[in-house]
Amino acid sequence: MVTDDGATISAADRKQPRSIGATLRSQMRNIAPFLTLILLSGFFALASPSFATLDNVGNILTQVSVTGIIAVGLTFVILCAEIDLSIASIANVTGIAVAYFTLQESYVNIANIPLPGWAAILLALALCAMLGVVNALGLTIIGVPSFIMTLAMMQIAAGISALLVRGQIAYKIPGIVATLGSSSIGGIPWIVIVAALMLLAGHVVLTYTRFGRYVYMVGGNREAAEYSGLNVNLILGSVMVISAVCSGIGGMLGVAHFGSAQQNEFDTYLLDSIAAVVVGGTSLFGGRGGIGNTIVGLFVLGVLNNGLDHVNIDSFLKILIRGVILLAALVINVYAQRLRAKVAE
Amino acid sequence: MPRGRSPILELHQITKAFGGVEALRGVDFALSAGEIHGLVGENGAGKSTLMKIIAGVHAEFSGGFVLDGRETRFRSVRDALAAGIAMVHQELSVVPDLSVAENVFLGAQPTNRLGFVQWRRMAREAGEQLRRFGIDVDPLARLGDLPIGLQQLIEIARVLSSGARIIILDEPTSALSPPEVERLFTTLRRLRDAGTGIVFISHFIEDILRVSDEVTVFRNGRKVAEADAATTTKAALIEAMIGKGREALEETYTDAIRLPSSGDQPAVLNASGLSLARSLRDVSFDARAGEVLGIYGFMGCGQSELARILFGKLRPDRGTLTVGGERKSFRSTADARRAGIAFVPESRRAMLFHQEPVYKNISISILHRISSLFLKPQQERVVAARQVEQLQIRPPTVELDLGMLSGGNQQKVALAKWLSYPPRVLVLCEPTRGMDVGAKNEVIHIIRELRARGLAIIVLSTEPETVLSLADRIIVLKRGAVVHEFSDQSISKDRLLEAA
Repeated sequence: MVTDDGATISAADRKQPRSIGATLRSQMRNIAPFLTLILLSGFFALASPSFATLDNVGNILTQVSVTGIIAVGLTFVILCAEIDLSIASIANVTGIAVAYFTLQESYVNIANIPLPGWAAILLALALCAMLGVVNALGLTIIGVPSFIMTLAMMQIAAGISALLVRGQIAYKIPGIVATLGSSSIGGIPWIVIVAALMLLAGHVVLTYTRFGRYVYMVGGNREAAEYSGLNVNLILGSVMVISAVCSGIGGMLGVAHFGSAQQNEFDTYLLDSIAAVVVGGTSLFGGRGGIGNTIVGLFVLGVLNNGLDHVNIDSFLKILIRGVILLAALVINVYAQRLRAKVAE
Repeated sequence: MPRGRSPILELHQITKAFGGVEALRGVDFALSAGEIHGLVGENGAGKSTLMKIIAGVHAEFSGGFVLDGRETRFRSVRDALAAGIAMVHQELSVVPDLSVAENVFLGAQPTNRLGFVQWRRMAREAGEQLRRFGIDVDPLARLGDLPIGLQQLIEIARVLSSGARIIILDEPTSALSPPEVERLFTTLRRLRDAGTGIVFISHFIEDILRVSDEVTVFRNGRKVAEADAATTTKAALIEAMIGKGREALEETYTDAIRLPSSGDQPAVLNASGLSLARSLRDVSFDARAGEVLGIYGFMGCGQSELARILFGKLRPDRGTLTVGGERKSFRSTADARRAGIAFVPESRRAMLFHQEPVYKNISISILHRISSLFLKPQQERVVAARQVEQLQIRPPTVELDLGMLSGGNQQKVALAKWLSYPPRVLVLCEPTRGMDVGAKNEVIHIIRELRARGLAIIVLSTEPETVLSLADRIIVLKRGAVVHEFSDQSISKDRLLEAA
């Protein structure tokens, strides 16, 4: 082997710690959302005495739980530099399906198929998984961009929902779903526990498993992943199915939480879930971010939504404020990507 | 010779660091109008970094930058272009989805008074401009459909005809055939005589000596020598590049070398009748254990398509692949990897994860062997550190983001990812392209070692030297078909070029 002369080696060996500025810049994507969260919390705590109470913290946790469950799967998708616009529709149709297979009160006028609770849950899960598989096949085998594929799926899932309930509202769902969605244990709502466990599971999979590494690598450089011998299509397909199943679970618990299953019940969750993931700092270009970011993003959104209700402002202005803060977070997201690319150059 | 002119561009004590690694240390550089200035140095010596500073790519650096006698600072490439400085980068920077004409006029499309693009005029003028460089292509063709060599020529032509008064060319000839190089040099001389200042970076020292007036040598972030190209020699430049006490390592292969008689090693991979659209016609060959098969041909001969078929990225229209006696039909690159095939493409960008640390880059292809469900990052680091040591990757740490390594070291990482658990067949595209003499020899050494361990190695290259320095047997591809096979005989560069 050829060795370089002494000067070269000593220069290369000199491991200089990166300057603090460079480290900060490369961590911008993680720091900015966290600062936003602290600033927002501080602001609302000062502005309203009812905001910083233990009760209200519980409220915020409960309010972000359904979004959190859906956002777990979406984080996988966005890390792969894809998008899933069908999450809210799939959540809705899964929630409706689980009610559809449950015996309803006689005044509910739905031609449904009552089954035992476990069968209803399994069928609902199978439905959302199947819709995820359709997304996956469209994206990988046919090659439809995920943006378009899941846009179509959004309509398809909404269509199935409409056919199942036909404008009616169903109320009964299997007992275990009702418990997890709407009751508490030791003062902690089950739905918060489920959301926390799913976020934890997502984090473990992404950070500590081989599949998780593949997700990051496919998002980081898809061509290189392919030339490294990874089955890129299998990984992309898997994240679409994971996203659909997380949405389905969120949908079932959401129905329990709201106390009813009906059309268009989850419409706001599409934007909220995407916002939570992106505001948290997960890169829309793939390969950067994770569940930790999503959790911070969830709290930023939760604190914002909840806090605006505690301060006395025009309720129509709140929508605009939410939009402006989302825009700011997106700008930071893109800016952080650029800074990092510069540091790595 | 344009002696004694005052320089149009002067750099004083330029220093530039990337994340604590100093790429340039106190470099002085001057360029005069009507001069072709050659730059040589090993990979990572700082040539490209200095040129990117001149072209406005790197806006942050310390030192003096004087243009036309005035202290100047570019904040962007746009500023540099406005000041008449244009650069052809080592990596192609063309837009493959646009037409040839749109690429030629990128950012400067001719418009009429209402601001509409004049498509016909653009196509006509683009065609004329390219013909002046001897390039005869349909200006309306999609650029990405053309061979890489042609794309490179078109990019060079674009910059050369931009009217810039300082032109920087970073490794412009790596993908060009000899007649194309000759045409490029003729154009460069014409531009020089018209008063343009030209910087020419190349690993081909003969090229540098042939076309330059002045030569500057870089080593390890410093300028170590300056010479008049007419009086210096290749040996002197190589010595300055790699330091004293080292004999010139590069062979020129003008004399014939002897290919060994192929023994009776078993064929590990057999390709039979591979055909692909317009790229490949009925290609058949064997790759044997413990042997390096060289596949040589000019740019666009179907090499890169052939390599991608071997690794399951493309599926042939006809023909069969047999690996280890088993007939295979790869549906993905993962299938090919499972069959024991490893692949290193010609472009490092397509192989590596620049924002990830070195150890993750090395472990990615063998992760399934290290861990089943949960990752074992410590073990990954151990495996990676062993490769970093064996391949002498600099700097010797596995934690640094890959993007901070020099090009040659990145190439070694691309090899390292397959070596912890050696495959049965190793397919290498242009394994030494764009590398300096030292790094080239290291890679050659690594490949020979792998051959000794019984791997079947396939080297595809458009550089005759690469094939001649590595191969035990050589097949020549021409317009997608095998036209010649050399084995157990004497062969020289001339014979090889003649066969293609």
